[in-house]
Amino acid sequence: MIRALIAACAVLACVASATAQAPARVNDAAITAARPAATWAAYGFFRDAGAREPTARVTPYDLNTALYSDGALKFRYVYIPAGAQAQYNGDGVFEFPVGTVLIKTFAFAEDMRTPEQNVRFLETRLLIRRESGWVALPYVWNEAQTEARYSPIGADLPVSFSNEEGQAIALDWHVPNVNECSGCHVRNGEVEPIGPSARNLNRDFAYADGEANQIGHWNSLGLLSPLPASASPRVPNAYDASAPLADRARAYLDVNCAHCHNPAGPAHTSGLDLSWSQDDPSRWGVLKRPVAAGRGSAGFEFSIEPGHPERSILLHRMQSTDPGVMMPELGRTLVDERGVALIREWIAGMDGSGSPSERN
Amino acid sequence: MRLVAAAVAALVMVGVADARTWRIRAGEGAEQALQTALIEASPGDTVRIGRGRFELSSGLSLNVDRVTIRGEGEGRSILSFDTQRRGAEGLLVTADDVVLRDFAVENARGDAIKVRDCDGITIQGVRVEWTRGPNENNGAYGLYPVNCSNVMIRDSIARGASDAGIYVGQSRNIIVRDNLAEFNVAGIEIENSFNADVFGNRATNNTGGVLVFDLPGLPQQGGHSVRVFDNEIVGNNTANFAPAGNIVATVPAGTGVLIMANRDVHVFDNEIADHGTINVLVTSYRAEFTDPNYNPLPRNIMIRNNAFGNVGYAPVGDLAALAQLGLGMPDVVWDGATLYSVGGTPRSESVRIVMRDNRSTRNRTGSFLSLGLPVAGSPFTEAAPDANFPPLLPLEEPEEVEIDD
Repeated sequence: MIRALIAACAVLACVASATAQAPARVNDAAITAARPAATWAAYGFFRDAGAREPTARVTPYDLNTALYSDGALKFRYVYIPAGAQAQYNGDGVFEFPVGTVLIKTFAFAEDMRTPEQNVRFLETRLLIRRESGWVALPYVWNEAQTEARYSPIGADLPVSFSNEEGQAIALDWHVPNVNECSGCHVRNGEVEPIGPSARNLNRDFAYADGEANQIGHWNSLGLLSPLPASASPRVPNAYDASAPLADRARAYLDVNCAHCHNPAGPAHTSGLDLSWSQDDPSRWGVLKRPVAAGRGSAGFEFSIEPGHPERSILLHRMQSTDPGVMMPELGRTLVDERGVALIREWIAGMDGSGSPSERN
Repeated sequence: MRLVAAAVAALVMVGVADARTWRIRAGEGAEQALQTALIEASPGDTVRIGRGRFELSSGLSLNVDRVTIRGEGEGRSILSFDTQRRGAEGLLVTADDVVLRDFAVENARGDAIKVRDCDGITIQGVRVEWTRGPNENNGAYGLYPVNCSNVMIRDSIARGASDAGIYVGQSRNIIVRDNLAEFNVAGIEIENSFNADVFGNRATNNTGGVLVFDLPGLPQQGGHSVRVFDNEIVGNNTANFAPAGNIVATVPAGTGVLIMANRDVHVFDNEIADHGTINVLVTSYRAEFTDPNYNPLPRNIMIRNNAFGNVGYAPVGDLAALAQLGLGMPDVVWDGATLYSVGGTPRSESVRIVMRDNRSTRNRTGSFLSLGLPVAGSPFTEAAPDANFPPLLPLEEPEEVEIDD
C-alpha cells in the first residue's frame, strides 16, 4: 500500500514537473502498464523531446560487434529500476529484473561520414521485461523529430543519406511489426533480448565522466551483480584487424545470424547453429548440406565449403537482397559489403576441417 | 485486490465468449488491415478474408493461438505476393491450434505458408500456387509445417513448388488427406517426422509423387511410422526443377514414391502408375554424413496391395543405367543396403523390406529388384542386382493417426 502511494506520488510528480519542464525521472508505471504508452515521451527516458539527454539511471551502452541494419546508427540504453539488478551470466544474455527496458534507436546521419551531424531518428525499439516475460514495442519518430508514437503494425519510412563512401543511398526503412520483432527475438518460444551478453558488452565506453569497461561500470552503478572472479568472455569487434580472423567471423555470425540459428531459435529446424559457443564445424555449416533452402541454395552443395566462398550457400545468402533468398530474412535491404568481405576471406582461408589454413 | 482479480477474470471470460470476427475487404489498405488483425486478434477470433485479390508487399505473420483465418474459397480469396518485397514466406504462423481455410496464397517469393513450432494446425481448402508453373525461381515449399504436433492438411491444393508442394518436416502426429499436389518437384513430402497418415491424395505431374525422407544433422530425426495409402500417385514425370544442392534435386523425374532412410513405412492400396523411371524407390541416404546418431537405411518397409501401372519407359538418373543393362525396369527398386558407416565404423542393421499382394497392369504381381548395393551410398557400379522378392516377413503396421478437432 505504501509502495503504491509512493508510485502514485511519483506519477503525480512527473505530471507536475512535466508542466514545468521535462520529467526528471523514468515513469516506471508506464513501463509496467499492460498497454504500451501511445507516445514515447510518456516513459521519461530522456530529458528532452529529441531523446538526446538520458534521464538518470538510463545508461548508454555499445556492443563489440553489432547487427548490420543497412548501416544505420544505433543508440542503445539500458534502464533498470531502482533497487533491482541484472544477474551476471557468462554465457548468454544477462538475467534482467522485471521493469528493465532495453532501448535502441535507429538513425541515419544525412552524411554518414559525419555521423554526429544532422542525425535523423527513425524508430526506437523497446524491449520491456514484464512479470510475464519480455515484450517488444516499436515506436516511430515523426518528421519533426519531436515525438515517437507506438506503432505495433510497423511502418515503412523513405530514407536517403550519403553512406560512408559518400554514395547517395535511398531506401525504404522498414520498422518491424511486433510479430517481426519476435521473428528474431525468440528463444524457446519466448521473446528475449539478443545483444547484452557479457561477451558482447565486455568493452570500454566513453561515459560522460570518463572511459570505463561497461561491465565494471554497470556493476559500480549497481545495475549488475555479481561479477565473476575471472575475466568476462569477450567477442572481438568483427572489423578489428588485430583480432584473429576466425574469431572476427564467428563474432559476426553470432550477432548477425545466431539469434535465429541456434538450437532454441526460430531457425533451429535448419540444424545450422551459428552461435559463438558452437564448436562443431559441421554444426556451424562446414560441409553441411541445406535442408529447406530452396532457391537459396543457388545450386551449391554446402552452407560453407572450405576454401570456396564462391560456392558457399551462407555467403550467397548474405549477398542477396531477394526476400526468398536473403539472410537474415529481415532487417536489411542492402548487402553488408564489409560483412561479406569478412566472411569471404574467412571461408577462403579455411582448410577442410573448418580450421584456418596455415598461412605465411 | 481480490475484486480487481475477479474483474480481470470476468473480462477474460467475456473475451472468450465474445470471440470476434475481423472482416478484411480487398482493396486499398487491405494489407495493413489484414496484418493488423493478425496482430491484434485474441485467441478464439476469426479473421475473414473477403473476395478478391489482396496484393501484399510483405509476408504476413500470425502469432496468436486459436485464431482461424478463413476466406471465401481458394478461387475467390487470393493473397497475391506478385509484388512481395519483404519476408521469407507468404504467411508465417507461429501459434497453436490455428485453422487456415478456404483461401489461396499465390507467388510467394519464398515459402507460401510456413507453420513453425506449433501444437495443432489445420489447413483445409487452401491453395498455394506459383502460377507460372514449374520454375526453379519459384518458392521452395507450398504448405510447410515444421516442428509441429497434430498437423491436419486436407482438401487443399499445392502447385509449382520448387521443392515440395506439401512438406511436413520434423513434426509429429500428422494427417495429410484428400489433397491435390501437382507440378511441384515433390508432390507430398514427409521428412524427419513421426506418425503420419497420407491418404486420399492425388499426386500427379510432379517430379516425384510422394516422398518419405529422413535427413541427418537435424534437431528431429529418425523418421518413422508413416502410412501412405489410398492415394492416386500417377504420371509424376515433370523434369526436376529444384535448385541443385537441395535433397529433392536428386529425385529422378518419373518417380512415384520415394522412401529414403526412415523405419516402419507402409505403402498400401495406392494406384501408382505412369512413371517414366520408377513406381516405388526404397533407398538409403547416399551422401556422406558425420552425424553419429543418424541411420541412413530404410528399414521395416511394407509395400502391399498397390495397383501398379506403366513404368520405366523413360528412366532418368542412376536408374537409367539399369535399363541400359537390359534389365526391364521393375515397379519397386530397393538399393539393398544393410550396412552403413559412421566415421569409418561399420554398422549393420536388420533391414526388412516386404512386398506382397500388389498387382500390375504389366505383370500379375508387380516386379521388384534389389540393387544389392552392400553399403549405404555404394556406387552403382558395385550393384549386384537381384530380382527375387524379399522374404514375406511380418511387419507391424503403424497405428492410425488420430487428431482431436
